[in-house]
Amino acid sequence: MRTLFGIRGRALPEPPPPGAVLARARGVHVRLGGRAVLTGIDLIARSGEVLALVGPNGAGKSTLFGALAADLPADRGSVEIAGRPAGDWSAAELALRRAVLPQTAALSFPFPVTEVVRMGRAPWAGTAREDEDDTAVAEAMAATETADFAGRPFSALSGGERARVALARVLAQRTSLLLLDEPTAALDLRHQELVLTVCRERAAAGDAVVVVLHDLGLAAAYADRVAVLDAGRIAVEGPPAEVFTDELLSRVYRQPVEVFPHPRSGAPVVLPRRGDVRKA
Amino acid sequence: MTTETHATPQPPPPVRKDLSDPSDPPAKAPSVRPRSTAYLLTGGLLAALFLITLVSAGYGAYDIPLGEVVSSAQHRLGLGGARLDRVGESVLWNVRLPRVVLALLVGASLGCAGALMQGVFGNPLAEPGIIGISAGAAVGAVASIALGLSFFGNWTITVCAFAAGLGTVTLVYTLSRSGGRTEVVTLILTGIAVNAFAGALIGLFIFFADNAQITQITFWQLGSLSQATWPKVLAVLPCTVLGLLIAPCYARKLDLLALGERPARHLGVDVERLRIVLILIVALLTAAAVAVAGVISFVGLLVPHLLRMVNGPGHRFLVPGSALGGALVLAVADLAARTVAEPAELPLGVLTALFGSPFFFWLLRRTRRRQGGWA
Repeated sequence: MRTLFGIRGRALPEPPPPGAVLARARGVHVRLGGRAVLTGIDLIARSGEVLALVGPNGAGKSTLFGALAADLPADRGSVEIAGRPAGDWSAAELALRRAVLPQTAALSFPFPVTEVVRMGRAPWAGTAREDEDDTAVAEAMAATETADFAGRPFSALSGGERARVALARVLAQRTSLLLLDEPTAALDLRHQELVLTVCRERAAAGDAVVVVLHDLGLAAAYADRVAVLDAGRIAVEGPPAEVFTDELLSRVYRQPVEVFPHPRSGAPVVLPRRGDVRKA
Repeated sequence: MTTETHATPQPPPPVRKDLSDPSDPPAKAPSVRPRSTAYLLTGGLLAALFLITLVSAGYGAYDIPLGEVVSSAQHRLGLGGARLDRVGESVLWNVRLPRVVLALLVGASLGCAGALMQGVFGNPLAEPGIIGISAGAAVGAVASIALGLSFFGNWTITVCAFAAGLGTVTLVYTLSRSGGRTEVVTLILTGIAVNAFAGALIGLFIFFADNAQITQITFWQLGSLSQATWPKVLAVLPCTVLGLLIAPCYARKLDLLALGERPARHLGVDVERLRIVLILIVALLTAAAVAVAGVISFVGLLVPHLLRMVNGPGHRFLVPGSALGGALVLAVADLAARTVAEPAELPLGVLTALFGSPFFFWLLRRTRRRQGGWA
């Protein structure tokens, strides 16, 4: 039935060459509720790299993320996914090219975990890559350490477990562009590292990963490039070792911050400048 | 690793490389609930439906033994068997069977509409009766009786119920959603408002109707299948069949919609279109049921819930399963309605509400406890 009425003949996206531009924002302006939330954002996500979006609360990270995910229309400027304006793709075509992890994972009915992860395979139903379904689901669950509670209903999981299941669903979609909105927010130390390691692996395999992060230390350690947002603009963009400076971060976050190379690895470490807080 | 010209920081050592090493033979994704539960349930429901049809056809004020029912059916199908006597034949084919078939159609419509509606609203408490869709459709039906409309002949009541039901479901949907979600409280309160308004409209129509029309309206309003005839069956058959055939095609997308509107769209679902189509189907199914049987509430709530408990929330079974389950429940309820107080007949709507409301109450309490109060 599926092969008969399905879309097996539909053009499937080719794996992108390294460095290919998979998402691009050009002069994006977004107004929400009469307030300019984003002004003149230019951003590129390339295959093979992890791009982190950081910035203080209200800087416009989530709005920019929404614009990249084509959830929010840009008032001015354009967002391109895989070389075409996001609005020109149908939802089904877009789903083969980019996967989105929302900030909060909700589910109206208590589906078991495996079925939630399997939902990530829905875009491929009826295509030649449908055959990867089982492998993709199993790999995604192994990578996020969710296989242990595969049979439990989603509603019975803790916040951190839900977040990992949601990530597994996004990984199972196997698109070459991954948009992750604060994937580490609800996670413990080990799983934060785990998730960003998975991001690095996906980048190494040729995907583009755009990730919104709150933890500057994680961004510094794992991202190839970071874009620091400040009041709706990109304050600075580049490799973390170059753009994370005491002066910049202190100004953007309005909090004294110090950045120093890790004594062993040399990667930048970001810490708020604190005195001996208990003495005061 | 990248084609960037600038220096990239040293990637930190992987946490546990072995986790997703592609050389690992991927374990087979564990399947959670064996498919066989769904097949077993479907088989069981079909068998039960067949049985209740036979029993209903034979049992009643004029008893026809089961063997004779089968034999008469065989005769009509040209498979041997024998005709009954004239009275028996007439009771079976002109009184009992249209009624049983109507009960099955109405029940299937209500069960399926309930499952779809809960999926679209993403809320397990949505049901055509509770949130006022049935009442809305009833306004259309009452209006067509009170105003003596007959522009579509036999189909007039159905068409009017459909138009009014469609308007109501659109209204409720727009009013009860905010930020892509439907809160339980908003939904229920919207239902109360819509039910009250529909009640007032029905009251107005009754006020202006003459005595004969009032009798017809009152009788119909209580929810009864006692006036079943083959033409009535024909009046709802197209709606029900169309709705029941289209609904299962959207089961997979309803599963994805459980993630929320945006995630569903990210997974390739054209959410706007899905919503429009499903709202149309819900209106179609509800109108079909209301037009012939009045407001019969709680079937659409009870059946999908029980099935979800047994086989999980996957809509691929739930949607057609709820149609079968609804048909079964209503056929049983109708059999009870016309036999427990023989020779009098209980109104069907009263009977389903009698059992449905406590269940609804329990469900409300449970939902509230799970959420820790109303959000």
